Amino acid sequence: MRCCSPADEPRPEPPVARVPVAPAPAEGTPLLSVRGLVTSFRTEGGVLRAVDDVSFDVPPRSTVGLVGESGCGKSVTSLSIMRLVPDPPGRIEAGKILFQGTDLLALPEREMRKLRGDRLSMIFQEPMTSLNPVYTVGAQIAEAVRLHQKKSRADARARAVEMLRVVGIPSPETRVDAYPHQLSGGMRQRVMIAMALACEPKLLIADEPTTALDVTIQAQVLELLRKLQKLLGMSVVLITHDLGVVAEFADRVVVMYAGRVVEEGAVDEVFQRPRHPYTRGLLRSIPPFGEVAANRPRRLPTIEGMVPDLRALPVGCRFQDRCPDVIDVCRKIEPELAPIDGEPSGRRSRCHRASELA
Amino acid sequence: MSDAPRTTMETGVAATDLAAATSRTVQAGTPILRAESVSKWFPVDEGLFRRAHKQVRAVDGVSLDVFPGETVGLVGESGCGKSTFGRTILRLVDPTYGRLFFEGEEITQLGQRELRPLRRKMQIVFQDPYSSLNPRMTVKQIVGEALQIHGLAKNARDEEAQVAELLRRCGMRAEAMTRYPHEFSGGQRQRIGIARALAVDPRFIVCDEPISALDVSIQAQIVNLLQELQEERKLAYLFISHDLKVVEYLSHRVAVMYLGRIVETASAKSLFERRHHPYTRALMSAVPVPDPKKRTLRVLLEGDVPSPIDPPSACTFHPRCPRFEKGTCDVETPELRELTPGSGHQVACHFPEDA
Repeated sequence: MRCCSPADEPRPEPPVARVPVAPAPAEGTPLLSVRGLVTSFRTEGGVLRAVDDVSFDVPPRSTVGLVGESGCGKSVTSLSIMRLVPDPPGRIEAGKILFQGTDLLALPEREMRKLRGDRLSMIFQEPMTSLNPVYTVGAQIAEAVRLHQKKSRADARARAVEMLRVVGIPSPETRVDAYPHQLSGGMRQRVMIAMALACEPKLLIADEPTTALDVTIQAQVLELLRKLQKLLGMSVVLITHDLGVVAEFADRVVVMYAGRVVEEGAVDEVFQRPRHPYTRGLLRSIPPFGEVAANRPRRLPTIEGMVPDLRALPVGCRFQDRCPDVIDVCRKIEPELAPIDGEPSGRRSRCHRASELA
Repeated sequence: MSDAPRTTMETGVAATDLAAATSRTVQAGTPILRAESVSKWFPVDEGLFRRAHKQVRAVDGVSLDVFPGETVGLVGESGCGKSTFGRTILRLVDPTYGRLFFEGEEITQLGQRELRPLRRKMQIVFQDPYSSLNPRMTVKQIVGEALQIHGLAKNARDEEAQVAELLRRCGMRAEAMTRYPHEFSGGQRQRIGIARALAVDPRFIVCDEPISALDVSIQAQIVNLLQELQEERKLAYLFISHDLKVVEYLSHRVAVMYLGRIVETASAKSLFERRHHPYTRALMSAVPVPDPKKRTLRVLLEGDVPSPIDPPSACTFHPRCPRFEKGTCDVETPELRELTPGSGHQVACHFPEDA
């Protein structure tokens, strides 16, 4: 299963992708608006709120990066949007998820099912576990098409071939009959993307879509997603722990910590002037790449300690025990996610000292 | 199976390379570890009757020196053979060809019994702190086991004191001793894994993707711990990783592997500044940098890493290479060579960039 072109064929010019710099305009009403979302899980140690009062907007045709460490609630947020939180033990307790003006949480399951895979789609981290091993990839893409569109088997299969071609799978007419295990990790992720986009969704939720892939394959897949986003005019919610991926791919970023949104804003602004000590700490702890040696720190700045137990959260700010800028009030009152003085609207931070952190 | 590995030996090259690593100082002298044209081939069973004896050349003629107190970064994508190489040089798997030296002494042919005293001096830290610690053992047993095996503790009390000190040095409290691995987070487990490796006071540690499974904020903690330990104990590391950001930060020298071979090696500074090999370029340009201002031109590689069972001819990178020249790259295997004599920067490419 070699996917490289044979050596004796004439080779095209090496593909060099120019990464667009300008973020998509965020005009008009958002495509998706998450308001006050609370999702909890019953565990042996009690009920914990994995997502606790999370609100953010996704403008049309834009990419919002949802970042944070394991357990911060980013994946549960995305599952909540898709209404795929396993119940029990999970439960969406409160909030609204407005998609094109409709509250998804108020829809009957039957209506929700019509949306999923059609106008609203999702791809997961590990394509091997999300693809059915006993069906060909073509059958799985065709199934997604036939569920939502009145198409004959032949038409659905043709659509599957077309989608495989769109996502850059070589000889799609043959590969349509391949089983998932016959494809490499990168190819499987392309198949997942083909399946998710077969009905041209308005919103794609991509949960760590490139985490399991090698860095050169990651670059291919991100480039493909970028191309398809433009082509289909869709919005993407990109869930990742990799701030580098966010910086390159997203227009806006929402930083989560221990179930809360702690900072949000346009990517350029947040990365240049983080206004929450957690965001700042995360950015500093990444080794600089390609810097001259003299500019490199002898030790990496770290965020000490670890994420608090969601069942035993401290009074006040959830980041207090790891925060280098902690003051008395942080241990008493939890800060609101609020606009920051001197920053554009749409920029918010959950820190008492946000305006001091420049 | 008859053709021996073909890579040239590069005796003495590494020493000159050290001079180029101006940013940090390391010791010269005898390498703590020397691999000479080391290959590890695995037989693959194929077909209904498992007769076809093909060989996977997981590691194919790799030569590398690691000096005391030095970190050598080994980078490459999955399946490139970097982990197999790490295990081979520790004699956890036996090399198919080539020779291994530890502190100047050949260890290629040593039996398990003869290796045992050497095991004290060379250790490994694994990627997955969830599967590399025995879930049925307490932290004290895990860290103390090596002390017992090598007779390094005078008595039970001494062992406990040593384990407590090792844990403390790795940022854990002594109370952790009575607990089990599942009670700890990934970062803490990796600290336990490091404490276990340190227990026998090694000179050389293979770090096989030690931070890849950890959260971003925890990665920096472990990187700093590894650096501090290196400075205190003059430890040498072979740091195996696919994360080029961490490798650049941590390493004195770096070797880039592709399909079992080293395609480029140099001081970290020289490698990241010059990146002569087209594969090194592509790999580095693919690294997402957390700075929106640094969105740069990206060299996108086509296709996947080919299967090592049936690798492309000659230069195994040629089917994906933007500088491919028919009649050369698919016919002649490029040897590792210095473009500037004395620089220690070696590249295995017929048409290196910026040569």
